[in-house]
Amino acid sequence: MGHTQTPEAVLFWVLGPLAVLSALAMLMVKKAVHSAILLAWIMITLAIFYIAQDAAFLGIVQVVVYTGAVMMLFLFILMLVGVESSESLTETIRGLRPIAVVAALGFGGLLVSLIGHATIGRAYVGLVDANAGGNVQALAGLLFSKYVWAFEVVSALLITAALGAMVLAHNHRLIQRPTQRDLATARFRGTSLASAAGLPGPGVYALHNAVDVPALLPDGTPSQASISATLKARGDVIDSRPFQLSAIENEEE
Amino acid sequence: MNPANYLYVSALLFTIGAIGVVVRRNAIVVFMCVELMLNACNLAFVTFARINGNLDGQVVAFFTMVVAACEVVVGLAIIVTIYRSRRSASVDDASLLKR
Amino acid sequence: MTSNSLVYLIALPLFGAAVLLLSGRRSDRWGHIFGTLMSAGSFAVGVSLFLKMLGNPTGERALTQKLFSWISVGSFQVDAGLLADQLSICFVLLITGVGTLIHVYSIAYMSHDLDRRRFFAYLNFFIAAMLLLVLGDSYLNLYVGWEGVGLASYLLIGFWNQKPTYATAAKKAFVANRVGDMGLSLAIMIAFATLGTVSFQGVKEHASQASTGSLTAIGIMLLVAATGKSAQFPLQAWLGDAMAGPTPVSALIHAATMVTAGVYLITRSNFIFDLAPTAQLAVAIIGAITLLFGAIIGMAKDDIKKALAASTMSQIGYMVLGAGLGPAGYAFAIMHLLTHGFFKAGMFLGAGSVMHGMNDEVNMRRYGGLRKFMPITFATFGLGYLAIIGVPPFAGFYSKDKIIEVAFNAGGVKGIALGTAALLGAMITAFYMTRVVILTFAGSKRWDDKAHPHESPFLMWAPMVLLALGSVASGFFFTHGNSLRNWLAPVVEATPSHEGELLSPAVVSILALVLVALGVGYAIIKYLLNEVPQVAPADVTVFTKAARKDLLQDNFNEAVFMRPGQSLTRGLQVADTKLIDGAVHGIARFAIGSGNLLRKTQTGFVRSYAMWILAGAIALVATIWVVTL
Repeated sequence: MGHTQTPEAVLFWVLGPLAVLSALAMLMVKKAVHSAILLAWIMITLAIFYIAQDAAFLGIVQVVVYTGAVMMLFLFILMLVGVESSESLTETIRGLRPIAVVAALGFGGLLVSLIGHATIGRAYVGLVDANAGGNVQALAGLLFSKYVWAFEVVSALLITAALGAMVLAHNHRLIQRPTQRDLATARFRGTSLASAAGLPGPGVYALHNAVDVPALLPDGTPSQASISATLKARGDVIDSRPFQLSAIENEEE
Repeated sequence: MNPANYLYVSALLFTIGAIGVVVRRNAIVVFMCVELMLNACNLAFVTFARINGNLDGQVVAFFTMVVAACEVVVGLAIIVTIYRSRRSASVDDASLLKR
Repeated sequence: MTSNSLVYLIALPLFGAAVLLLSGRRSDRWGHIFGTLMSAGSFAVGVSLFLKMLGNPTGERALTQKLFSWISVGSFQVDAGLLADQLSICFVLLITGVGTLIHVYSIAYMSHDLDRRRFFAYLNFFIAAMLLLVLGDSYLNLYVGWEGVGLASYLLIGFWNQKPTYATAAKKAFVANRVGDMGLSLAIMIAFATLGTVSFQGVKEHASQASTGSLTAIGIMLLVAATGKSAQFPLQAWLGDAMAGPTPVSALIHAATMVTAGVYLITRSNFIFDLAPTAQLAVAIIGAITLLFGAIIGMAKDDIKKALAASTMSQIGYMVLGAGLGPAGYAFAIMHLLTHGFFKAGMFLGAGSVMHGMNDEVNMRRYGGLRKFMPITFATFGLGYLAIIGVPPFAGFYSKDKIIEVAFNAGGVKGIALGTAALLGAMITAFYMTRVVILTFAGSKRWDDKAHPHESPFLMWAPMVLLALGSVASGFFFTHGNSLRNWLAPVVEATPSHEGELLSPAVVSILALVLVALGVGYAIIKYLLNEVPQVAPADVTVFTKAARKDLLQDNFNEAVFMRPGQSLTRGLQVADTKLIDGAVHGIARFAIGSGNLLRKTQTGFVRSYAMWILAGAIALVATIWVVTL
């Protein structure tokens, strides 16, 4: 057919292979967050393709809805589930990987061949005439005349999906939410009064204010909970004994 | 350049997405591969709209996007719910239907 | 001529049986009287019919009555009709007369039995069925009665069915009868196929149109039926075992009436046998074989009832031989049948009387010298004994000698062979019957003091006396002026007989008497003048051993029929379990196996299911690809 100009060709030949490679990489990286980022890049590439093909509205919607909303939603859920979760790349189901590779090659080959067969000899029309009054106006014209019924149904679907998400994410309280009174009584009925005043933040200490010095509890013992886990793991915690208060010298004025 | 080249890219992306569903174990990554498949379809629709000279393909791609968005919402809510009760996001762990 | 009272002959005893069976224990007090009255009523109707027939001219003596149209299917028309002609009225009088006497006898004989009422019900049922047999006007009607008497025989032989051996004897009788019944069914079928009718009148008219082959086939099948019912060789094994039934049953059914049904059948079918000489010869040969067979067995039996049963078998052999000699012999066969009914029933009742007096002991080796204690029994039994061995002027002399004479006159090798067999049988009969009388009534007593032999009550000896009178007088009565022969001639002598005369009657009689004397003499020497051991001696010849075991007929039946039948059944059972059940289980196993195989696809992993979905999609795309190529 060859009815596109050279800039578009350059655009395609740069971004096209990049998109495919990103997709392959998305399959093969270990961390889920990396997959999400790669997918976001693919979607942006697709948005560029849409705009290059005279679908301006769709291109912007792709960026706003897909890359902006949907991928960010993915990243939020990943954070909820566990950012560090990475899976080993060895396959647990026997023989699945070779079958998958064969299937990929077969499927891809079939599709490519079919597409080639279907498009050879097709007349290329282009969207110049269709977009005569502007892409958005033309789309609106179609949406509200020919596809108005599908439009209404899809909007109902959106509402249903929102409701569904709310229902699924709803957390049934199995026990009654403790009121402030309950919390207060629990504080003072605990195993020792040491934690009644609540835990101090890191570095709060009578004579020293540092991140790597454990804070003192009301009964004088150092609280290891006030040090960051990272510091503890690195072994950078300083012993707090030299800084412990001796008996309070109340007689001194 | 032949506009049909976009169709080839679409086919390749679709295949890669399909394989990703089968190969990856993390439920969220599987879901992302499903999204990839849907996006590949969208690209095909838009290309066909251009080839045929009317905007019907774009309208369909539009609807596909809406539906995909709803699907992502509900699907991720389900994954979160499963994660909450099973403490695991691997699809292999949900194998109670095993014989 | 039609008559409306024929049906009462059958209806009265049938009604009696129905009442006695349906009323149950309520009729226990009067059941036996009622049954006897029904039988006597039937006898009265029979006598009145006989007198009526006597009053009619010869050509119009037969009385018919059509009850209802039974089967009407296309060209097959059978009416439920009755025919009382000269032949059947003889049987009617015999059945009802002797039957009523035995009813009376049973009142006393079965007086200690709680099930006496049921016994009388069965006896009445037997009388009704036997009358239907002899009064039916077609082979099919005869068959109904035939089956009925088979059933009655089974019920009565196994009357005391608490004892397993008795029940088995009843089964044996029924099964042997059944084999014969097959013959009768086939004969009826062949008759319908070739002649288009099964009524006696119809067959008689059409018989000459059928081929000799089909007539011979019918004849042979009828012979098979007769051998089953009349205990002829080779179906005779059941008669000895049938003595398990009460003695009145043995007297009525297995001496006087049911076992003679075969002779009736052959005589009734004279129009077939006269046109099929091969079948007729077969009848004569079977008769000759059986009369020797029964006589030989009778020599070795120590059980008085079994000895009398063997004697019955032998005497019926005489009747069958007579019936197989064509028109010349039918009348004498019937004469012997009637006289035999008197003396054999009388002897059986006598045996019952002896058993009653000896506490149901049946072994003759434990009898001895009973004539002093049971004089009436001895007298009546003795008269029957003289009749059976053929001493003039008693009944058997006339009937048996006539048969021997007709046998010799049949001519050729056949005549001489059959006649010699009959003479030999007469000698052996004399021997073993004398043996029975000596062992029972003569000699020294071989019983201990626990037995108290005594004469039987009036209700038992009165029938015996009447039957003894018959044994004495009936022979002369039937022969005087050829009365019976002339009476039966319109029925059985349709074709004139070609009688030669090999030996004159006088010669035959003298020969017979000489042989009888030899037999009697030998028995007297062996048993009266010598000591009779109480236990049967073990060191005897192989012939005696074989005769004690019924000439090995039971062993033969077992080896040839029973064991192959059992292995066939076992084989079928194994085939059923292994093959058929195996196939069914195999289907189940296949289902389970294939299910197990399919289970392997249910891995539980979502990803493998996703793989399957992808595979399906690939298949779809491939199909489209192939189509668009």
